[in-house]
Amino acid sequence: MTIAVVVFPGTNCEHDVVHAMRVLGADAELVWHRDDDLAGAAGVILPGGFAHGDYLRTGAIARFSPIMSEVRRLAETGAPVLGICNGFQVLCEAGLLTGALVANRDLRFICRPVHVRVESTDSVLTAAAQVGAVLRIPLNSYEGNYVAPPEELAALEAAGEVVLRYSDTSGAIDEAHNPNGSTNNIAGITNAASNVAGLMPHPERAVERILGSADGRVLLESFVASVRTPVRT
Amino acid sequence: MRVRVLITRKEGLADPEGVETHRALRDLGYGGVTEVHFGRIINLSVDGDDAVAAVAQAEEMCERLLANPVIEDYSVEVVE
Repeated sequence: MTIAVVVFPGTNCEHDVVHAMRVLGADAELVWHRDDDLAGAAGVILPGGFAHGDYLRTGAIARFSPIMSEVRRLAETGAPVLGICNGFQVLCEAGLLTGALVANRDLRFICRPVHVRVESTDSVLTAAAQVGAVLRIPLNSYEGNYVAPPEELAALEAAGEVVLRYSDTSGAIDEAHNPNGSTNNIAGITNAASNVAGLMPHPERAVERILGSADGRVLLESFVASVRTPVRT
Repeated sequence: MRVRVLITRKEGLADPEGVETHRALRDLGYGGVTEVHFGRIINLSVDGDDAVAAVAQAEEMCERLLANPVIEDYSVEVVE
């Protein structure tokens, strides 16, 4: 069961993701954005970077790459799809996830470890985690500020589709531990079917102790387990 | 024909550039400014002379690519 890791022009975290997948014993392959066949893939990861230079808006042009119609098709079959950082932005632009990511509150590029609290285990990103667990994972973005129109935000919260929030080390959620101004400290979300997820921090950079934290491991293990035992709809 | 597309963040959604610029304007003494919002202008040069069709097509472009209707409003006008 292969996990396709999509490479757009400007993507720069693809090898980190493939490495993390191999650390977890999963089979991952790079797929160019011009390819239009994901028939052999059981799951898809859109990694971080600056797809198409982030011109126009982050993810706006990537959304129309040929591979994206296949990503959409797979997502509709219930296959696990994960967007990390820029990949999250692409999934939002594509309408596969709710809302959008805009410039950080303080207009600074943030590159440091942050803490996130697991809010729900009903997603391919958090199924193996525990609600309330606090994870230390690197954040690396300028446009990581999650926004959504009030009614969509309310629906997202009511449905329990927020899976990760920025917090302090004890799991307390407040504005002081909101690195980028994200609405309701939202760091990661899922879709209604629970098979598409996106997050701004980089779990693939926190899968081994030598990287400073292995806290991202449980998230990617969740994803790999979901790929191995997919819930087809 | 030139068509001008104006794209702005929907009211009420975070606009960090606007907030920071507003702060700077107040620091410069422009206390009468109550809000600052950023937008984006995209100028399109298009074939033909059917202004109505050009505007309709530009609006379609906004829905599909130029704007993100989830967080942005847009307006279109023929400028020459």
